[in-house]
Amino acid sequence: MVPLSFYLLLSGILFVCGVLGFLIKRNIITIFMSIELMLNGVNLSFVAFAAHWHALSGQVFVFFVMVVAAAEAAVGLAIIIAVYRTRETLNVDQVNLLKL
Amino acid sequence: MTPNPYLYLWLVPLLPLAGAAINGFFGRRLSKKAISTVALVFCGAAFVMAVWLAAGFSSASPPYSCDLAHWIRSGNFQVDFSFYLDQLSLVMLLVVTGVGFLIHIYSVGYMWDDDGYYRFMAYLNLFMFFMLTLVLAKNYLVMFIGWEGVGLASYLLIGFWFTKDSAAAAGKKAFIVNRIGDFGFLIALFLMIKHFGSLDFTHVFAAVRSLPAETAGAGLLTAIGLLLMVGAAGKSAQIPLYVWLPDAMEGPTPVSALIHAATMVTAGVYMVARSSSIFDRAPMAMMVVAIIGTLTALFAATIGIAQTDIKKVLAYSTVSQLGYMFMACGVGAFSAGIFHLMTHAFFKGLLFLAAGSVIHGVGGEQDMRKMGGLRVYMPWTFATMGIATLAIAGIPPFAGFWSKDEILWKAFNASWVYWLIGVVTAFITSFYMFRLMYMTFGGEYRGALAQDAHGHDDHGHDDHGHGHGHGEPHESPWVMLGPLVVLAVLSVFGGWVAGYNNHFEHFLAPVFQGASDVAQEASPEAGKSTLEYLLMMVSVGVAGLGWFLAYLLYSRRPQLPARIAAGLGELYQAVANKYYIDELYAVLFVKPLIDGSTTILWHGVDQGVIDAAVNDSADAARHISDTARHMQSGNLRSYAGWIAAGGAVVIAYMVWMGVR
Repeated sequence: MVPLSFYLLLSGILFVCGVLGFLIKRNIITIFMSIELMLNGVNLSFVAFAAHWHALSGQVFVFFVMVVAAAEAAVGLAIIIAVYRTRETLNVDQVNLLKL
Repeated sequence: MTPNPYLYLWLVPLLPLAGAAINGFFGRRLSKKAISTVALVFCGAAFVMAVWLAAGFSSASPPYSCDLAHWIRSGNFQVDFSFYLDQLSLVMLLVVTGVGFLIHIYSVGYMWDDDGYYRFMAYLNLFMFFMLTLVLAKNYLVMFIGWEGVGLASYLLIGFWFTKDSAAAAGKKAFIVNRIGDFGFLIALFLMIKHFGSLDFTHVFAAVRSLPAETAGAGLLTAIGLLLMVGAAGKSAQIPLYVWLPDAMEGPTPVSALIHAATMVTAGVYMVARSSSIFDRAPMAMMVVAIIGTLTALFAATIGIAQTDIKKVLAYSTVSQLGYMFMACGVGAFSAGIFHLMTHAFFKGLLFLAAGSVIHGVGGEQDMRKMGGLRVYMPWTFATMGIATLAIAGIPPFAGFWSKDEILWKAFNASWVYWLIGVVTAFITSFYMFRLMYMTFGGEYRGALAQDAHGHDDHGHDDHGHGHGHGEPHESPWVMLGPLVVLAVLSVFGGWVAGYNNHFEHFLAPVFQGASDVAQEASPEAGKSTLEYLLMMVSVGVAGLGWFLAYLLYSRRPQLPARIAAGLGELYQAVANKYYIDELYAVLFVKPLIDGSTTILWHGVDQGVIDAAVNDSADAARHISDTARHMQSGNLRSYAGWIAAGGAVVIAYMVWMGVR
């Protein structure tokens, strides 16, 4: 059986990758994917703990996160399309004003 | 069955207030005829009410009082809006409404061409309201309302031609100097509340009468008396607060007659007489009143000698006559003081109105050196003013003789020093009044004849908007002469009410009962001795002497006065410049106050502390925001960086601080 620490380590690596990607990358799509990476890193630690402690609440929570992530993806992609249509760029450094 | 007039006592002051309200609010839209009607009807109604009250007045019944409404109720202390009518109030009521009504009529003629006609009439009515409140008040606080109110009306009317710098400044001066006096009055009221728990006349005087007289040293009553005298000195223009009254002549002449001669300035005398019980128990305060009155009488009279402005002479004469009244009050002869107040209201009101008629007739000129010979042009004004002059000089049988002689006799009973100064003052009074008469009406006309340019432009002094050019001096219209004639009649006969057997004094006796046991041990009946007749002859003699001297200097040898003035040199200059008192006050009080206010209060406190606190806190907020706003760049990745950094700090904190 794989010990808990392995899962947590992987989870941490995934999360840090997400954070770094969010901070470094300029493309909105990539940033968006980095967020998904962070969420799923956290999800992994949830299910790992759930399996370890034999508590179902961790798994239930993961479903909630996935639902929210799905909704976020729908809304977020719509916003990205809207941004691209108005500004013709996906570089976040050029999208620093709320009004045009 | 006739209705009881006393039930309508409260109407007397409120009628003029209604007139003031109508003219004040709607006067701009009303015609001049309507404005005059309103002002005269409401003022006249008050006079009719006063006569009605007097007709039904009986000395036997107790003073009538009328509680209009509650005002302050706090524990045992209470003050109501209440009016009060006794012999003293009644005399004041008749004088104020009677003379006031005549001056209202006169004003219709005098102010007719002025642009601010409705404003003037509204102010006059407002003044009547406050003055009647003052004399009818039943407690010191209601009296104080009237006291402050007449000060306000006086301020408004002195500064009536507010576009003229000197008038605006004179108004402010009157208001500020009066404020000093009011400060003393107010502290006296606080002392009364603290020690007697009431401001009601009857309560306070009853409490005072139960106290012994403060013969040696100064006590509570002396303090109250002196503070009341400070108030009276402010309102009634006594040393050292008289300086505002001569400047107050900047106002229209009817105002000078009504407020600054006949009624308002006598409020101080009325207040002292009303407080006779207090003064009676405080001999030291009495002495101060007498000394101030005597000194003021002499001091102001000497200044009057050298003035060339016709209204300034009368102003100093008023200050001097008020000094007589205070002298009377100070020696315990309150009824003599009130008597002189009444006759003075007649003859001094008349003098001012006649002076106004003269000014009107010569086109706004107030300098007596440019008048002369006017008896030919203005016979009625000359006759009435002559009567008033005889009255003020104390020539029998005119009104002033009776009252002035009464005061001098009472003063002689107190101390021959008061009497001596009083007689000297009477001599000077007679001299400067006849000087005024000879300079104005005698000799040849010295003004510019038939000069059209003179008419409209030269309104430097008493600008009442005369449109037509003044060629020749002319007599005033009858609406102005009528009041003069009525007042002239009163100046002749006004003194007779008391001339026979001290009728006036007996009438007022119940009011001054509390005061009578100490001060008036010399009974007037017993004193009708040869001595009194001797003193009477002396005072008539000096009056005649003053007349003769004025005749000699200003009619027979008109070139003499200038030579005498040159001979006196410095002394004459000092008198002509009013002893440099205004300049002295400017150096002693006004300049330090202005300098202190400018450097400490304005630049120091206002700009340095208050403004600085506001500005500096605003500056600090701006600088902090200026730095902080760089964090809000709008750059998404910098926000994310801050969030990540914050998260890292939180985690580091949790790790290090041992969330194990």
